[in-house]
Amino acid sequence: MSGTQAGEGGNSKVKRFMIVNRKAPYGTIYALEALEVVLIGAAFDQDVSLVFADDGVYQLKKGQQTKDIGQKNFSPTYRALGDYDVEKLYVERESLQARGLAPEDLLVPVRVLGSTELSVLMEEQDVVLSF
Amino acid sequence: MAVLHTTNKSPLQTRDLESCLRLTRPGCGILLLEDAVYGALKSAEGSDMLAEAAKDRRIYVLGPDLAARGFTPEELIAGVTVVDYGGFVDLVAEHHHVQAWV
Amino acid sequence: MTASVALKDKEVAVDEEGYLVNLADWNEDVARTMAADDGIALTDNHWEVINFLREYYAEYQVAPAIRVLTKAIGKKLGPEKGNSKYLYELFPYGPAKQACRYAGLPKPTGCI
Repeated sequence: MSGTQAGEGGNSKVKRFMIVNRKAPYGTIYALEALEVVLIGAAFDQDVSLVFADDGVYQLKKGQQTKDIGQKNFSPTYRALGDYDVEKLYVERESLQARGLAPEDLLVPVRVLGSTELSVLMEEQDVVLSF
Repeated sequence: MAVLHTTNKSPLQTRDLESCLRLTRPGCGILLLEDAVYGALKSAEGSDMLAEAAKDRRIYVLGPDLAARGFTPEELIAGVTVVDYGGFVDLVAEHHHVQAWV
Repeated sequence: MTASVALKDKEVAVDEEGYLVNLADWNEDVARTMAADDGIALTDNHWEVINFLREYYAEYQVAPAIRVLTKAIGKKLGPEKGNSKYLYELFPYGPAKQACRYAGLPKPTGCI
């Protein structure tokens, strides 16, 4: 696999970035930091995809109300990712099932993939950042 | 007076809740806060462990942390009490001491 | 480092780049004063963009990057407004950065 991958516009500087989210929101800062990295990567026209696995799937749970914990509810920002041309959102099926969640419980449309399919996708990336 | 145990990590990521349950005794209180609230959801794998503990221990969940994560009290296993910050303070005052499983 | 924008009746705190510290401090006077300090009198066309940004932030909790802003404005207000030439004429310091500042939003993520 070559270090760089030609993007849609033939721009050889476009790399494939995958952000792997494995932490629940609010308890730690990881989820918010990962989202910032996604927005920055997208603003620089990189090919960005997101994976939600383990407790990371909880980041996408509908109905988050953070008023009483004094933290910003950043969950609506996942719905803006389409505007940033970030459309590859993958959720690991095993993680979703272990938490009794279904795609309807999530606030954005996602592709649900099994671990094997996800591991193949990970191998195809230029950069994988884990949060 | 009994001890109030608190834990704040998701039981699907760490084994803090498991240790807490193993080392608590009937009659004590266990308060789940921050990411630990996920452990009390009916829907989540492994919540039967907590349901078993709820038979002879009092289990509490911090309401604001549950709401922040997009869940409602109806989604919790039976026998769990939701408390607000005032209720948290009352629990601390009612117990002999607080043991935090961080 | 503390800085502020002086309104008629009070001062509101801004960061070292001029963005509001507390988003709740915003009102139209804040926008007018910030613009006047840059030598700009806000027109209906400016307000259209500022109000659009405030609505976008209320909906998504994020200040859009320039590319996103241009595209979204085009979708909402038409292609004659959804292009960088039009937006740069209104906000010569950079449409996303400058308009977000007047709108009381944080600096857009990814702007340098």
